[in-house]
Amino acid sequence: MKIGESVPRHDGSSKATGRERYAADYYGSDFLWAGVKRAGIPHGRLLRIDAEDARRLPGVVSVLTHADVPGPNRQGIIRQDQPVLADGKIRQCGDAVALVLARDRQTLKKAVDSIRVRAEPVQGVFDMEAALAPGAPLVHEDWPSGNLLRHVAVTKGKGGSGLDLCDAVVEFSFETPRQEHAFLETQAGWAFSDEAGKIVIIASTQTPFRDRLEVARALGLDPDRLRVVAPYLGGAFGGKDGLTVQALLALAVLKSEGRPVKMWWDREESFLAGVKRLPARMYYRLGARSDGAMTALACRLYFDAGPYAGLAGEIMTMAVEHAGGPYRIPHVQADGFCVYTNNPASGPFRGFGVPQAASAMEQAVDLLAEKLRMDPVELRMRNLLAPGDRNSIGVAMVHSTFAEECLSTLAGHPLWKDREAWKRSAGRFKRRGVGIACLSHAMGYPKDVPDRAGAKIELTTDGTIRVYAGVSDMGQGNAATYLQIAGHVLDQDADQLELVLPDTERTLPCGSASASRCTYVYGNALIEAAATLRSRVLEAASRLFPCAAGELALVPGGVLRRTTAETLPLSRVSAALSGERSVECFYQAPVAEEDSGVIYLGPHAIFSYGAHLVRVEVDELTGAVEVKDYLAVTDAGRVINPVLFEGQIEGAIAQGLGYGLTEQFSMEEGAIRSTSLATYTVPTALDVPDVTSLSVGRAEETGPFGMKGAGEIAVSGPFPAVANAVAQALGVRVKAGPLTAERLLLAQLDGPGGPQGDAP
Amino acid sequence: MKISFTLNGRATVVDADQDRRVVDLLREDLGLTGTKESCGTGECGACTILVDGESRLSCLMLASQLEGRAITTIEGIAPEGKAAGDVQEAFVAHGAVQCGFCTPGMILAVHDLLRRDRAPDRARIREAISGNLCRCTGYQKIVDAVCAVVSGRNGAAGGTRGGR
Repeated sequence: MKIGESVPRHDGSSKATGRERYAADYYGSDFLWAGVKRAGIPHGRLLRIDAEDARRLPGVVSVLTHADVPGPNRQGIIRQDQPVLADGKIRQCGDAVALVLARDRQTLKKAVDSIRVRAEPVQGVFDMEAALAPGAPLVHEDWPSGNLLRHVAVTKGKGGSGLDLCDAVVEFSFETPRQEHAFLETQAGWAFSDEAGKIVIIASTQTPFRDRLEVARALGLDPDRLRVVAPYLGGAFGGKDGLTVQALLALAVLKSEGRPVKMWWDREESFLAGVKRLPARMYYRLGARSDGAMTALACRLYFDAGPYAGLAGEIMTMAVEHAGGPYRIPHVQADGFCVYTNNPASGPFRGFGVPQAASAMEQAVDLLAEKLRMDPVELRMRNLLAPGDRNSIGVAMVHSTFAEECLSTLAGHPLWKDREAWKRSAGRFKRRGVGIACLSHAMGYPKDVPDRAGAKIELTTDGTIRVYAGVSDMGQGNAATYLQIAGHVLDQDADQLELVLPDTERTLPCGSASASRCTYVYGNALIEAAATLRSRVLEAASRLFPCAAGELALVPGGVLRRTTAETLPLSRVSAALSGERSVECFYQAPVAEEDSGVIYLGPHAIFSYGAHLVRVEVDELTGAVEVKDYLAVTDAGRVINPVLFEGQIEGAIAQGLGYGLTEQFSMEEGAIRSTSLATYTVPTALDVPDVTSLSVGRAEETGPFGMKGAGEIAVSGPFPAVANAVAQALGVRVKAGPLTAERLLLAQLDGPGGPQGDAP
Repeated sequence: MKISFTLNGRATVVDADQDRRVVDLLREDLGLTGTKESCGTGECGACTILVDGESRLSCLMLASQLEGRAITTIEGIAPEGKAAGDVQEAFVAHGAVQCGFCTPGMILAVHDLLRRDRAPDRARIREAISGNLCRCTGYQKIVDAVCAVVSGRNGAAGGTRGGR
């Protein structure tokens, strides 16, 4: 296995043959189904839970409420503000109120449906800005800043007054919708008590190590009583970054009378109780000098957290950090407000705040180009970050920075160069537009959160190389990449390699599978571990032959003595190594030199970049947008596995197109109206085009084999690129997404300045 | 009630409630967890199985509807004596598998397509798999994989109509 080759992924065949066992695939001979009674109202005081009918149903083993929760009954990552089971207050329709254990799924459903939640309704808050108004009902009475979960402000240079130095200023506001992850495997887990009394939770989770601590804290248990195992996930995209079923399952096991417990949310429950991408409302003012030099940005970003902190404040902070996009802007004032509401809880989703900011910023850039009568590529090229430049929060780009290469590749591509002829050849009742967007995306954790992972590699007694990976694989293929790295360093083929998936008892802590960090941080740790094992193997083999180490080479399954063509099997080397067979290494990512005070939790240091182009055709009669062509150019360092890399870009673009065009999550006073995949429409194979994906391919010096994060960057491009293309096609720019056919049809009828749209 | 059918080539008799959903029968009672459930309401295609060779959604079928039928699940799609079929192999080789939760249903939908159409082009392939949702891949590599199968089955001279 070699770096740079499209090695077929390790887990491909077990998944394609149906043999791979996901968290949702655990059953047993004598187990219980666990399910949740949800509040059904967005805001209220809990008076009573009537569960007698449920308790009397044959086959119901237990009905648990907050009174049965040992410990503080509070979960949360930064701030613990979410009950495992509601006590005192209900803050969203999806709040868990009671936990039912039953012998089968039918009985479970009957029991859950029979429970009555008695609550005194309280006026809810559903709009971010209204929630901040004086006198608004409070979601958490004990939070010192009311409904304002977190405010982050960044001032650079002269701040907002820098706009006075500009020859042209555009003003633009935009609203992005909540987005549902719609991973195929809904939230699922299986839990049991092992012989030693330890609670084992096998869950579809991106964060096994953090979950263990969070569950322990919420339920008042010793973390040593908990073990969390993360099999391959059936998709996650951020929606399984944190607790879903885990605390409920642990609680269930405490009352299951020794039987294993299964919890698997159905699609409607997943839509109701799973976190969503934070809706955002963004107000931008962007200015430049007449020569096109971007000079000042002032923006206010409002993000809807829903009722619980989760990582919402951190996501909003990431948006503020990226508010100015991949440009050098000397004067910036960026204010972010993350707000508690009674809407469904928000949380991480691929992009982590950047897709929202990019959607507004990149449209503002197009508006600025128009005002300056400049070509949109030229304006961007004039301002893109180059190595050494400071980004919009003042952090110097001292790592790989190839934003210009991305855009110049785009500008040289026929999809851009031939755009005018293509637009002119639209058929009857069709209008065409070609839009672009430039992107940056920070990799890893911010400065104040140590970004660390531990790799363990072992030469087993039978001569196999075993890699212990403590970072989950939600489908992106990082686990397969780890084997590719180990195979490359140790000159082994796929047959000689095996993998241990995250398990708090077997693998080392690695942090979350998130933040475009998995391969970077774990890969760096693994390279060192594998290289150490390599030298130990060669050294042991030189003693065993005996011969000089220089005569030896690792080959699949053994060590070859080149001078004599003898091969020593790795199993024999393993026996000789005994206690030295296993190597553990930790790696910690570099941080920005700038002070942590720049922004909450400190700034990021390493960024990936991208330039996207989309060609759309809008139907004048229906408003429907057809995406005809898509080009993505990415600077994510060197590519370890081209097929896996392309898969990340193509998949992120499909998700971004859904976000921008069709994924309308309908809500009414905190209640969800999109309850199924029939009413929440994610892209099908007919809705996305073949994507042309190009990589700049230049090394990030600190990255494993020169790579840097590629998992998220591309999700931020489609929304603004499509919005820019549609505005060009229709002559109307709408104020909010997604750009559904209905919204665009109304915008066309209203014309510029109407209720749906602004003049572009 | 007793229900007799052929499951992955083997005569099978189960004793099940007649209104038990086929997806539950397969996964929970028969241990064939390769068939996935993702929406439970017939919108995503993850639970696709073949019934007498045609793709059907096992979350919308009841046990009694299996009587006398030949059922193929992902576990039974490989030819006798082989670990994987050509569609499965192509999915792995072309990067069509990411999280893998849509993969079994997607592969069975492709089998159904290729039974009806020996040389579908990319547009036809996209149409045929449009009832199977994938949230990871953006579908492109799945279409690539199916094109590769078509080329493989029809020999080098055949190939698909129209490239990318």
